[in-house]
Order: sequence, then C-alpha cells, then structure tokens
Amino acid sequence: MPAVRIKDHWREQRLFDQRALACAAIMAVAIVGLIVRLFVLQVFRHEYYADLSQGNRVRNEPIPAARGLILDRHGEVIAGNQPAYQLELVPEEVPDLQQTLARLVQFDLIRAEDVDELERTIDSSRSFDSVPIRLRMSDEDIARFAVRRFEFPGLDIKTRQTRWYPNGELAVHALGYVGAISEQDLRHIDRAAYAGTSLIGKLGVESAYEPELHGTNGFREVLVNAQGRSVERQGAFVPNLRTKAPGAGEDLLLSIDLKVQRTAEAALAGHRGAVVALDPNNGDVIALVSLPGFDPTMFGRGITAGEYGILQNDIDRPLFNRALRGTYPPGSTVKPVIALAGLTYRVVDPLAHRYCAGSFHLPGSSFIYREYHNEHHGAVDLDDAIARSCDVYFYGLANEIGIDRMSTFMGPFGFGKPTGIDIGGEKAGILPSREWKKEAFSRPQDRVWFPGETVSLGIGQGYLTVTPIELAHYASILATRGKIWRPRVLAAYRDPRTGELHRIAPLSDGEVPGVAPEDWQRVVHGMIGVTTRGTAAAIGAHAAYSFAGKTGTAQVFTVARTEKYNAKLINERLRDHSWFIAFAPADQPRIALAVLEENGGAGASAAAPIARKVLDAYLLGADGKLKPQT
Amino acid sequence: MIYEDVSSGSRTRRTLFGAARVLSALKIDGPLMVGLGLICAYGLIVLYSASGQSIATIVRTALRLLLGTIAMLVLARVNPNFLRRSTPWLYAAGCVLLMLVVTIGHVGMGARRWLNFGLFRFQPSELMKLAVPMMCAWYLHERPLPPGWAPLGALSVLILVPVGLVAIQPDVGTAALIALAGVLVIVLAGLRVRVMVALLVLAAVAAWFGWSFMHDYQRKRVLMFLNPQADPLGAGYHIIQSQIAIGSGGVFGKGWMNGSQAQLEFLPERSTDFIFAVIGEEFGLLGLLLLLLLYMFVVGRAIYLATQTQDTFARLLAGSLALTLFVYVFINAGMVTGLLPVVGVPLPLVSYGGSSVVTLLAGFGILMALYSRRKLVGS
Repeated sequence: MPAVRIKDHWREQRLFDQRALACAAIMAVAIVGLIVRLFVLQVFRHEYYADLSQGNRVRNEPIPAARGLILDRHGEVIAGNQPAYQLELVPEEVPDLQQTLARLVQFDLIRAEDVDELERTIDSSRSFDSVPIRLRMSDEDIARFAVRRFEFPGLDIKTRQTRWYPNGELAVHALGYVGAISEQDLRHIDRAAYAGTSLIGKLGVESAYEPELHGTNGFREVLVNAQGRSVERQGAFVPNLRTKAPGAGEDLLLSIDLKVQRTAEAALAGHRGAVVALDPNNGDVIALVSLPGFDPTMFGRGITAGEYGILQNDIDRPLFNRALRGTYPPGSTVKPVIALAGLTYRVVDPLAHRYCAGSFHLPGSSFIYREYHNEHHGAVDLDDAIARSCDVYFYGLANEIGIDRMSTFMGPFGFGKPTGIDIGGEKAGILPSREWKKEAFSRPQDRVWFPGETVSLGIGQGYLTVTPIELAHYASILATRGKIWRPRVLAAYRDPRTGELHRIAPLSDGEVPGVAPEDWQRVVHGMIGVTTRGTAAAIGAHAAYSFAGKTGTAQVFTVARTEKYNAKLINERLRDHSWFIAFAPADQPRIALAVLEENGGAGASAAAPIARKVLDAYLLGADGKLKPQT
Repeated sequence: MIYEDVSSGSRTRRTLFGAARVLSALKIDGPLMVGLGLICAYGLIVLYSASGQSIATIVRTALRLLLGTIAMLVLARVNPNFLRRSTPWLYAAGCVLLMLVVTIGHVGMGARRWLNFGLFRFQPSELMKLAVPMMCAWYLHERPLPPGWAPLGALSVLILVPVGLVAIQPDVGTAALIALAGVLVIVLAGLRVRVMVALLVLAAVAAWFGWSFMHDYQRKRVLMFLNPQADPLGAGYHIIQSQIAIGSGGVFGKGWMNGSQAQLEFLPERSTDFIFAVIGEEFGLLGLLLLLLLYMFVVGRAIYLATQTQDTFARLLAGSLALTLFVYVFINAGMVTGLLPVVGVPLPLVSYGGSSVVTLLAGFGILMALYSRRKLVGS
C-alpha cells in the first residue's frame, strides 16, 4: 500500500526557513566576493586603472618647437622661420563637399587635377579633423579666399612655421636644407620628438646640427571623447589640463661671413666650381661655395617630382657639393709641399739652379715629361720654380725625394683624408703610395709602383686627387707654417631666450712635424713670388696686402657619361680645371683659401682673379685699406 | 513653554503613527518601501549624470517609476487568495502572448521581443518573470513538500515552455532569468540536495548542447568573458572600459558628473547595463558599498517578510521574488566588474529603460500583499 504523503505545515515552514537561511548565507558569500573584487579594482589596482583612464581621456597634442636660426658670423640671418598659410577643411562642417571643391577649383584655389586625390584624403580622415587641402598660399590666394570666405563653411586658413632662407641659393651647400622626414630618417630619430613636425634637416649645417636646431617639443593636453573628438567639458566640468611650452632650438652662429660668401659666389657665378676660405688661425670656415647651387626653400615647402627631376638631371649637377665631395687632381698647387719635402729631407739646395729646357727625361726611361705649354724657364732655383711654376724642376725634385718619403711627408698636410669639417658628406681625395696602389688595383702588373708615377706626383698629376676643402685646409697649414686646425662651420651657439653666446673652442689637430722655420719661410717666399712676379703676378698687382698663392692647372682625365652626347660640351668639359690657393697677409695670415673652377683652363687666368676678390672682400675695409686685425 | 514642547513632541509622534496607519491601510511595508525608494532616488541621481545630464531621460524614468509604484500599490491591496486563484490564467495568458511575439512580434535589435499595441510596446517576457514563479508556487501550494519526482517533472514543463519561447526570440539572458525565478521556487520548496547536484550535471550537459544552438553574438559574449583582452576594440571593449571606469574611481570616486570614462563615452551603455560602473567611477568604492548595502537591506527585508507569511504559495513566491532581486544585482555587478560574462542584465531599479522597473515594483507589491494578509497565529 503506497504511503500517502500529507502536507505538514509546520515541517514545511521549518524547511522553508532553513532554505531561506541557506540562501542568505550563499548571498553573503557572493556579496563578500563582489566586495573583494571591488577592492581589487578600486583600491589595489586603482593606479593602474587611473592611468588607463587618463590615457583614454587625454590626448597629448605636440607643440613643435621653433627651429633654431642660422646666422652668419655677424649675426645676419641665413636660415629663419616664417609662417606659411594653408587652406584647411573640416569635413563635417562642409555641407556639400563636391560642390565646395568645384568652387575652389573655379576660384583657382586648388587645381582641378588634385580634386580626386583630395576627396580620397578627406574621405579617409576623421570627420572632425582639419585636413590641409592647399599648402603655400600666396598673399593673393589668401585675399581671394578671404573675400569669399562666407561661401565656404568649414574652410579656414591656418598658419604653420616653415623654414625660410632669405638669401635663396646663397651658401646652400654649407647650409643644407630642411625637407620631409623620410623613411630613412625615421629609423634613427625619436618619433615622439618629431611629432607635430614633418620636416628635418638634410645635409650641411641643417643636418649636422639637427638636434640643436630642432629643440624639444612641447605638448598640450587635450580632452577627447571615445570617438577621439576633442571636447571642452568632461560631463559638467572643465578639467584641469596641462600644457608644456616647447623648448626652442638653439640659434647657430656660423663662422661663415656672408659678405665674403656673396663675393665668392658672384665671382664664380656662371661657372662650375668651388671656393673654400678658412681662417688659418682657428679653422673657421669663412666661405664655402659650390656652384651651381639650388634654392633650399623648395625642399621645405615640398618639392615636386618635376622640380627634383630637373635638379637631378641637370648636366651641371647643382645638387653635387663640389667643395666637400668633388675630387680633382690638384695640379701645381702641390708644389709648395713638394718643395718643403725636398728641403726637409735635404735632397735639394734651395739656392742651386736647375736648367729647364721644357722637358724632363726620367733616367732609364724613354718617356718625356713636358712643361705646360712647352715653356722654357731656363735656370731656376727653388724660389723661382715655385713662383713661375716650373714643372721640370719639380719632376726632378719628386724623383729625387721618392714616392715613399713624399707620401709620408704629405700626410700631415691633410692629403688623402677628410679634413673632419663639422658638416657631413665630406669625401677624401687620394694620397697615393706603394701601399695604396697595392690596395687599389687588382691586376698584379698594376699593383707595382712605377718611378714615372712619382714624377707625375711632383706636379700634382697622376693618382693624387684632392677636394677643394682639403686644398683650402692645406693652404691654411702653409699659412700658419704648420699648425693644423680642424675646419668648422659652427662658431657659437646662441641661447634663443637670453641671446647669450656660447663660443666653441677651435679644435687643433697638432702640427706638421719636423719642418725647419727657415724652410717654411723659403717656400712662403716662393708663394709670395707667385703673386708678385710669377704666374699670378697680374692678379697680385696693387694688392693692399702681401699675399702668397699658388696656381694649379689640372688635366681632365675622365669624361662623365652625360657628356658624350654633345660634341660642343665635350670640348668645353675637356678643358683643364683651374686651381688657385692663397693666404694673406703673407706674414700674418688671416685667411687661406682654395678656388676651383671646373674646366676653367689655367689657374692664373680663371681661379686666381676669384681668389683676389675673395681676399679683398675679407681683408679690406670700406676705405680699401687692410682692416686692422681684430 | 512646557506645554508647547509637549505638544510639538506629540505632534511628531502623531505624524509617525499617522504615517504607519496610512501604510498599513495601504498594505505597504514601511522599511521595504523606504529601501526601494532610496535605491530609486540614488538611481535617478546617477542616471542624470550617466545620461549626459538629460532631463528627458530622468522624466521618462520617473514616469516609469510612478507606473511601477502604482502597480505596487494596487497589487499590495489584492487579496492573495485571488492572486493565487488567478495565477494559472495569468500564466496561460503569458504563454499565449509569447507565442504571438514569436509569430507576429516587433523586431528590434536583431531579436523579436516586443508586441506592438499601437500606443505602447509590451514585452511579454517581463510578465513571465512574475508569472513563472507564481505558477510554480501555485503548483506546489497544495502538494506535500519537498516535491517528489512527478511534481518536479510537471514543474520542469511549466518552466521550460515559457523559457523556450523566450529563448527562441532570441533572448537567452531573459530566458535564463525566468528559469531562475522558477527554479528558486523549487529550491525554496525544499528540493533535495542530491537532486540539485544531479540537475546541475544535467544543466552542464544542456549548456554544452545550448552552445551549439547559440547565435554568434552570444558565443562571443561567453568567449570575451574568458579573455577580455583578446580583442580590446571588439567584443572585450565593454568589459575593459567598465573595469577602467570602476578601478579609476578609487575609494572616493571622481565626483558626480565628472567620471571621464562615462562622460566622454568610453564606457558603452553607460546609462543602461553598465550604470554600475558609472557609480563606481563617480562615487568610488564608498558609493558602490552604499548601493550594495541598500540592496542587501531590501533583499533581507523581503526574505524576512517571506518567512513571516504562512501558506506555501505566499512563502515560495515571496522568497523567490526576494532572491531574484539579489540574483539580478549580483549578475549585473558581476558582469560589470568582470566576474561574470556580459549577459545584458540591467541593474534593477537603477538602469535606464525597459519595463523591468514596473515588473520589479509590481513583484514587491505582490510580496507586500502576501505579507500583510498573513493570519496572525496566536493572537
């Protein structure tokens, strides 16, 4: 018989109470668990979440620092900053994008061919971000837009700082330029430091002193909501946001003297070539010219492919820095150092005459080394040989010194190695030696040094090559009778706020060892002879100061590939390069220089007159007299 | 002077007694009413901030609260016996409405949940949150407890039919809550522990089975719960942002209307499912503890009232309603703090929107009715 269950109200009440109690206990545990969780989130991990929340709501907007100015030694601005105007568009505020763009084309504010590209850019931007649609507006453009502004809701003219080179092409190869940050740049810069700017220094001073010029970014905290839109208020409140002012880049005071630079560029104008002038007492670069040049402003405002193509395909290679990277045979400008070597190694009696009949026979060889233009100098001593640039004298002298001693002796004068100038991109010329030849050639028969090659070296031909800066450096070592200062473009930093100058101490690279003072004097005397009675006598005439110089004429060995298409050009470009080195005043030099005119012919006729103009510009006062030493 | 003091004292007393008399005439439980009122007031304050200072939202919510309060007052006066007798009809009507929803209901948010009556839209699943526990309590009322196997089978059917109808809308979250309300009745009725264990095992199997029938978004919610960092801008975004909001609030909070996560819209669904995080951000740990305290007070009072009722229907129903409130709170708080998956359960009485406020307050009205009509044994 099945058990019939009867409802027992008392028992059921007790059962319910038990169950209710059990549930209360479970709930208590659950609540404790929840509270523990809240403690973890709000107490133990509070800082972590507070940081995340701060990162959510605040965006740091970079404020780019003003780039440092670049000034010449007298404080004249070479590179500054200028506001540029650009037209920007906020997509969500523009009622009809297509119509707006069409109207802008109509008013010649944007180009019709850019419209598609612009629409794509605008589509891919956030609707509330300002999109630049026209860079570099001229005053006229701005005026044209301003009168119709009411027709263009959502468009506005914004300013931004751009690099400004008031002198255009002047000194561009020393200065460099600023251009768009490239993929390559991105690899070695701190991206955060470059947020808010799209430009970076390229080449020259702009590149070498990029960190100093760039300064440090500031930032402005901006409140943003979840869509990234910047907002004024957080709920009911305006939050406290920080701003850090940017640290402007340092101004650079260069050693370059713009007056001298202008004179040099004007004198060389219309030719390819280089002028490098140094202060022999400290290595200051007074002028650094490489022509032709280009306008650095183009790169800052965004160079077009067409513009760049023109620069790159120009047969005169305006982008090529001849002063630092062009290597040429030095020609007769090496004669002073060869003479010094002969004197120092006692292989020549300076007063003994040698007879020049226009050619030189190397003993044991049938080859004849000829005098330039087949001149006959007759009986010449060392002084004469320098002043009149007698090749025959130096063929013999070089042969007597020998290649080993010659290359050893020339090393300290800076041949064959970069001068170490403080702007980058410098290339080294070649100082040949037996070891060098072994390294440089692969075929065994080419790796041997021939005596004939020593003879060529005596007049600066053959394997020997130099850059204009190397040759100026060499002239400056001759000027100081052996003191070696490293060339430098930067003379001082200037604090942009206080205007305080921090001068940079010149850097000494020691001295040329083992040359007797009277030997220096003999060679300098010969070089003074060059400008008084020798090859450059016409140039030295009526100078307000005594100056020492040396002409050089370098034969062109190679023909560049671009030149074979035009017979007329080939002729012009096969002409000799014209060199002139000088320093003045001869007894207490303040300036030493090297001038190169590519395919200029003889040194005396092309390069020397340029050098004279540069020396005058630097040394003479307004009254045409030698300025007192400062 | 003395006379005046006495008179003012007695006036206060008179007022209190007067209020008590009014409440008892209305069949209203004073402490429960105060607790619910405080939660609702707190909720309105938070909602004003969370809605971005929207007066319209506050007005709409206040109207819903008013509607719920009226429902509560009306139901509190209903005779429990009448309530019990009409339970099967209510349940049946609810099931019919659910079938209508499935066939001709209004589609919104990718699911068919509403019935459109022209003037207003109605979610029958809300009705079932009350009707299912009522039906279970009704069924167990006459039967000896704890229930045997046969009644359990019948109860399963009573629960699963409406749950199934809600689940295919599809609204798995609400379906689970409806099932829970019914199951709580059975648990309170004294379901044996070994049966519970057996059912849990069964549930695990069902869960596995259910997984294969889930919509993608539902699966995503489960997966995101397991690893919210995996897809910070996708599925896990809600949880990450709500944890940031709560954690960054610290002990004292960022201040009313000054929570950056909420005010700058980093926190999604800030005025609805995630309003708990807004409290945590703006009022800090203290604000959350206060809220939990209020809930605990209401739940505790409701359970106390349940134990004081004297027939099975009233006890089971009252207990189930009290526990259901707790479960809602815990699930919402658990999901917002990252303890539980995001299932879309609003914070009762505080979250904006929906008819759940009305249902909840109506449920408390029923609870009060059950308590106030108890037979006073021994007096």
